[in-house]
Amino acid sequence: MAMLEPTARQHLVVVGGGMVARRLVDALRARDDAGRWAVTVLCEEPRAPYDRVALTSYFTGRHPEDLALGGQDLWDDPLVTLRRGVAARSVERQARTVTTADGRTLAYDSLVLATGSYAAVPPVPGKDLRGAFVYRTIDDVADLRAYVEGLRSELDRPVRGAVVGGGLLGLEAAGALRALEVDTTVVEFAPRLMPLQVDDGGGEALRRLIENLGVRVRTGTATARIGGDRGRVARMEFTEGEPMDVDVVIFAVGVRPRDELARAAGLEVGERGGVVVDEGCRTADPAVWAIGEVACIQGRCLGLVAPGYTMAEIVADRLLGGEGTFPGADLSTKLKLLGVDVASFGDAFAKEAGGLEVVISDPVAGVYKKLVMSDDARTLRGGILVGDATAYAALRPMVGRPLGADPAAYLLPEGSAPAPAGDLPDDAAVCSCNNVSAGAIRCAVVDAGCTDLAGVKACTRAGTSCGSCLPLVKKLLTTELEKSGVEVSGALCEHFDLSRAQLFDVVRVQGLTTFSDIIGRHGRGRGCDICKPVVGSILASLGTGHILDGERATLQDTNDHVMANLQKDGSYSVVPRIPGGEVTPEGLIAIGEVAREFGLYTKITGGQRIDLFGARIEQLPKIWKRLVDHGFESGHAYGKSLRTVKSCVGSTWCRYGVQDSVGLAIALELRYRGLRSPHKLKLGVSGCARECAEARGKDVGVIATDQGWNLYVGGNGGFTPRHAQLLAEDLDTEALVRTVDRFLMYYVFTADRLQRTAAWVEDYEGGLDAIRGVVLDDSLGIGADLDAAMAAHVDSYEDEWAAALEDPEKLRRFGSFVNAPELPDDSLAYVAERGQARPATDSERRQSGVLIAGTTLEVRR
Amino acid sequence: MTVNLPDAEAPASTLLEVCPLKALSTERGAAALVRGVQVALFRTFDDQVYAVQQQDPYSGANVMSRGIVGSRGEAPTVASPMYKQVFDLRTGACLDPVGKDPRPLLTYEVAIQDGIVLVGAARAVDANHVPGAP
Repeated sequence: MAMLEPTARQHLVVVGGGMVARRLVDALRARDDAGRWAVTVLCEEPRAPYDRVALTSYFTGRHPEDLALGGQDLWDDPLVTLRRGVAARSVERQARTVTTADGRTLAYDSLVLATGSYAAVPPVPGKDLRGAFVYRTIDDVADLRAYVEGLRSELDRPVRGAVVGGGLLGLEAAGALRALEVDTTVVEFAPRLMPLQVDDGGGEALRRLIENLGVRVRTGTATARIGGDRGRVARMEFTEGEPMDVDVVIFAVGVRPRDELARAAGLEVGERGGVVVDEGCRTADPAVWAIGEVACIQGRCLGLVAPGYTMAEIVADRLLGGEGTFPGADLSTKLKLLGVDVASFGDAFAKEAGGLEVVISDPVAGVYKKLVMSDDARTLRGGILVGDATAYAALRPMVGRPLGADPAAYLLPEGSAPAPAGDLPDDAAVCSCNNVSAGAIRCAVVDAGCTDLAGVKACTRAGTSCGSCLPLVKKLLTTELEKSGVEVSGALCEHFDLSRAQLFDVVRVQGLTTFSDIIGRHGRGRGCDICKPVVGSILASLGTGHILDGERATLQDTNDHVMANLQKDGSYSVVPRIPGGEVTPEGLIAIGEVAREFGLYTKITGGQRIDLFGARIEQLPKIWKRLVDHGFESGHAYGKSLRTVKSCVGSTWCRYGVQDSVGLAIALELRYRGLRSPHKLKLGVSGCARECAEARGKDVGVIATDQGWNLYVGGNGGFTPRHAQLLAEDLDTEALVRTVDRFLMYYVFTADRLQRTAAWVEDYEGGLDAIRGVVLDDSLGIGADLDAAMAAHVDSYEDEWAAALEDPEKLRRFGSFVNAPELPDDSLAYVAERGQARPATDSERRQSGVLIAGTTLEVRR
Repeated sequence: MTVNLPDAEAPASTLLEVCPLKALSTERGAAALVRGVQVALFRTFDDQVYAVQQQDPYSGANVMSRGIVGSRGEAPTVASPMYKQVFDLRTGACLDPVGKDPRPLLTYEVAIQDGIVLVGAARAVDANHVPGAP
């Protein structure tokens, strides 16, 4: 790979292992095709760079690993060395070396300081008591959680907590305390919350919203001291007003640059700290650079990740001979704090002369929105959105540009506003985290041929950090696709203009039960191989009867039509259900006898059951008669429906198991068997964290904990493997089943045709968090509908095969020929391999000497 | 059900009785043996009956009768159950080759007399004729 001799390769040392450091290494390695730089990253924390912006989500059920940024690939790059848990002690600029905490000396050709910030702690008495925390790293939040959980077990009242600081970080910390069920008060010195981002009106709206969530707010309040009891935090006293009893205090009053290495090395630091750099991010020493929060650029330190990323890109560019300069920081932010949307962008405080403010303040709805316009009311300068920030993605890229509509229209509730954005100028920044312009997104669609959101994300990185721009990215994608003639209407096919989800709704709401009725009212023509199976699946999901009843039979794909799986030669395979993979010896023998009698090739599936291959269409009822008589039922291996619930052996036998995974798997499989869905569904249950059932590779994965079950969703194997993501922790069995019910039913209600759960979760507006809201907090108020739909499914389940065997009209479909229903297809030919039949290849057919016609004729020997 | 196989020795030009019309489900195919050859019969919504070759030209398996019947514009169609190519039942033309080269189906003459479906000889293949093509 490297085109230069090792001696020509230069060494870059990056001090700091945060998000910006990772971005620098990523950008450099992406562009440095010739391998001009080898990189060593000194990372003080014991883990690779992680998503610090998402730190609070650690409390809402995510694991540290879920905060990982990007893949491991970057750290596996032979030109990149990541040294975790190793801090830099000193820099010797003359010698161009860095000395590390573990006593090594590293030579550098270039040095980048990306040491970030530390959380400031005000000099109040009592700040060092146990129970006083800052909020900066995974270790900080893990310590906080451990402390609060320890207190909870010893107190017989709720834990009381206070956050000092009502800014962005403080409200994040308050969210963390609330997630830990701590009785929380936010104490802010300024007269309003988030004083740097919102004005008085926005601050007031924010206060009301947050107080409605049960968090107390004390603004205009200075903390005087923290009182202790046996070395632990017990009380807060203020310069004015009543003192307050607390058990835990978090300081979130801001951050300070970690510039001590630079100071000791004699580099210039800013008035309020920070390593002074020029517009190319370089210090006065041409071999030393600083990026991110530690850099003092244009006279200030910037505590947001987006400008840090920009600096990382500039240094990567300059290390390779480029001339990039810092364009100035976009301090726009959009956050969800305690579930409340807050956004601030552009000239939010109307500091520029002559600005006009358009304000909508609705205390009842808990919304405050302000746009700052130029003096002619045409050009957008900035704005503040509190309570509903849906307009942010569309508005922020328009800063400095004419809005082209009545500004107030942008502030109306979602849905009633005009849909802007399609005609955004090419140079408008859409994703400020990754600095992706509207033009770059259009280019990804038009030139690189991306046709979906996942493709655009992979190609441009837009929306891969905070994700707030995703609605806009999607809109741009759709617009470009439409321009180039690609059908993105969501219409199923030429017969229906509706998407699957829309069709599901109308069929459900109008109670339609036949295809003729549905296509007559909502479509045209006679349907096709796209829409017919969709309607068949919708009718089956709604529990309207057997899939082969009357006209409904014509809707089914061949697999559903004969309730078996078509194989390459036109024969079928048969899979009886084996719930949870548990089978009695008698059951195994019965399956074995059926396979032997009909000469079927037998193989164990990945879903812990047995697949029997080589059944001719006219044999299927006979095979199933035998299986049903032995107590087996359809395994639905042929349907877009629940396939299997895989399990490990669990606590009944396993030395390590903590819960009965087999018992739960069987219960789940019996509950969801036969549930028709937009695509196949696979579940898994593991009895302990060793995860032998590979549950995280399933659409729904359940992993036992000491306290109950952790629930993961959206995993799959196949062409694009995905790990399922954590939806909820430590559920008892009843709550688990209710949550899985709702997750599955909501998926069935709203997913696209052939969209598996992973893609559905990714495409869903608001992603997994929004889905969690629907299934756990009933944020859409449809929980009862989902529960009722699942109850109806469970109540109406019948074994499709047993029902078909009772009905001569259905059995008639299994005749091989309409004029010779029992005559085998004479083109089927098999040869023996490892003692079983397999279809003959073309060349074997030509040398017909080795042929075995029909499986039942020969392999039965 | 009685087995009534059309005579494999009969002249190809004659129409042979295959089955009663009512033995065919609407909008679902059925396989039949005609002169020892597997044929797929389709009865559409408007009670027209079409006959095409049972062998799927892409997989070689005898499965065409098990495909989904529908329409593309005015054309009555069947989609192969194997790899989903779509064919015009009237002409056998491949309307959607799913990224492969178009391969047509043989079609057979069909008549209905006194409620009985009769199938005759395969029609000459006119691969150039694609309905709707300019």
